[in-house]
Amino acid sequence: MASSKIQSVDPGQLNPSLKEDHDNWSLVIRPHNRLFDLHLDDIWRYRDLLWMFVRRDFVAVYKQTILGPLWFFIQPLLTTIIFTIIFSGVAKIPTDGFPSMLFYLAGTTPWNYFATCLTKTSNTFVANAGIFGKVYFPRLIVPLSIVVSTMIQFGIQFFLFFGILLYYLLAGSAASPQWGWIIVLTPALVLLMAALGLGAGIVVSSLTTKYRDFTFLIAFGVQLMMYATPIIYPMSSIPQKWRWLIEINPMTGPVEAFRAIFLGGPIPWSSLGFSTALTGVLLIVGVVIFNRVEKSFMDTV
Amino acid sequence: MHTCVSPVISIEAVSKLYRLGEIGTGSLAHDVNRWWHKVRGNEDPYLQLGQANDRSTKGQSDYVYALQDVSFKVNQGEALGIIGSNGAGKSTLLKILSRVTSPTSGQIKVRGRIASLLEVGTGFHPELTGQENIYLNGAILGMRKAEIKAKFDEIVDFSGCERYIDTPVKRYSSGMYVRLAFAVAAHLEPEILIIDEVLAVGDADFQKKCLGKMKDVAGEGRTVLFVSHNIHAINNLCSSAVTMANGRVACAGSVSTCVEHYLKSSSSAGSKWRREKVRTDTDSVTFESVNLRLSGTQPLMILDLECLTTSRKQEKPAFVAVNILDNTGVTLMQAIPTLETLITSEAKEKSFLVRIELPPLVPGDYFVSLWMGPHNAETYDEVHSCVGFKIDETPTAGRTYPHTPNHGRIVPASSLKIL
Repeated sequence: MASSKIQSVDPGQLNPSLKEDHDNWSLVIRPHNRLFDLHLDDIWRYRDLLWMFVRRDFVAVYKQTILGPLWFFIQPLLTTIIFTIIFSGVAKIPTDGFPSMLFYLAGTTPWNYFATCLTKTSNTFVANAGIFGKVYFPRLIVPLSIVVSTMIQFGIQFFLFFGILLYYLLAGSAASPQWGWIIVLTPALVLLMAALGLGAGIVVSSLTTKYRDFTFLIAFGVQLMMYATPIIYPMSSIPQKWRWLIEINPMTGPVEAFRAIFLGGPIPWSSLGFSTALTGVLLIVGVVIFNRVEKSFMDTV
Repeated sequence: MHTCVSPVISIEAVSKLYRLGEIGTGSLAHDVNRWWHKVRGNEDPYLQLGQANDRSTKGQSDYVYALQDVSFKVNQGEALGIIGSNGAGKSTLLKILSRVTSPTSGQIKVRGRIASLLEVGTGFHPELTGQENIYLNGAILGMRKAEIKAKFDEIVDFSGCERYIDTPVKRYSSGMYVRLAFAVAAHLEPEILIIDEVLAVGDADFQKKCLGKMKDVAGEGRTVLFVSHNIHAINNLCSSAVTMANGRVACAGSVSTCVEHYLKSSSSAGSKWRREKVRTDTDSVTFESVNLRLSGTQPLMILDLECLTTSRKQEKPAFVAVNILDNTGVTLMQAIPTLETLITSEAKEKSFLVRIELPPLVPGDYFVSLWMGPHNAETYDEVHSCVGFKIDETPTAGRTYPHTPNHGRIVPASSLKIL
């Protein structure tokens, strides 16, 4: 029977010798993977795809615009100007003695990075259902690529902030950057915020595949969280007995630290430590549930 | 039965359960219940509720088995065709194999890299140029950047879109889009290639090219899994087949047995066909229903096909072609009632009658496929083996011994004169 190479197999009667011969399978598709079977090596194998996605996101967003990446400047600049007018000019919220424009930029620059990472990754499954339904690649590539491509946006906004900082320094302003810490801590802070945004984002995206309620939560949740982070006000303006409320916010540490190294002030090591620990937990939990969800989400999304 | 060729895919008792209906508070209640059973160490209460997947009958359960206890093996270098009517579970099986979704129970073992083409142009971004999309699509399909770079010229050449390679693909015609997408996919070099009806697109010329490429792939010792309604393509490409029906393997073995099994079971209803799901992938003229009537007596049988078409958009007028196939899916003949393009699209619905004078056919089951398009290289719609008829009587008056397909299906009128 050379022509019929395929045969129907009753699993109960699998020929045992055949089973032994062919135990070197490269892939076994099962209903569920073990909890920590995260196939992270797959992500490494698909690293080129990560860069393709980053490129796509960057190129595609500003195609057919005239100003192109300049929009990355215009957005934070306008926001900061509006903050300056409303919170500093009208509401007279103190800025710890720093020029208000600089103070807000030092807060919004890191915050924007985190917020963009979180909102974009939290939509991973729903937004990519089309691709995910047709082809396999490690799903984690998508949120990772979002975190990386948002980094480009952060880089541009960082230059804006840095330029304005230099301007104020030359004008003899009160800011006193701690250059040593800037070199050490800036990349660390960016990584921390990336990990935090990614961790929280993939948790939310895993939860939204079946029940979409969380997408509503994330939209205004991020906005509310901004007001619970010392961005438009300094930590010093919060009464001592309410500070813990702000401190349990994992973004407080990075934002305060960012401001401290660039504008001057004590680096809040304890809240940075708390933030790092929480990020670690969130990231591990996130990756684990993301891996569980990615196997079955096509049926529920 | 033991061959020295080793299996590269082993599908073992795979089942897939789907919940019908919408997700809402009802499904939340089920989730909570399921979780509560799990906490107490009981089996999932909804697994037992699953029913065989029969689309047309209304079941009592909200749960349905899209696949039930499917087991078979695929050997290296084999081109396996998977046949089955809509909803038979073919696509679900491919989805599980492609790791897009996971089985409810059972397992699949695979040796080698799988690339699956459930759709052409997955992940194409309309704003990016052809070149950028080749890289993006290649990476999505699992190619490394260096691999794509090495094959770039070949891909562009195969697609025939060289002039447009620096133009955003949103400016491409749908045909060019598909050509480019298939060209990328065709240059994948996986050990196992899974293809789901992607050949249904592109013009006839390009389809031929694709089929040829897939044949090459199979010839190189790589394994191809191919799902299609196109019996002709299956016949052409595959070395073996599996027929699926209602989520189970109905038949496995040689292509001819499987095709026969499929045609027999799918078209036993016979003389009436009606489109069940509106085609959303096209806005040109489509067939909506076909009614078949057979009249006359052997050897002069008349086949009447009453067709109803719908059009959604003003289109160039079309003509029809009717293929008549035997029970192994071989096209015996093609009738082209008129070369004039008479089917216009001003009216939303249009019906017409095709009358075919059948040649003397030997007894057996026959199937009819219909095609419609404005000229031979452009297709509006085609329906494969949608209706069928059965010939009981021999075309040769007085003949008593049975006909065999080995002697062909047509008995031409003939005479003999002693000179």
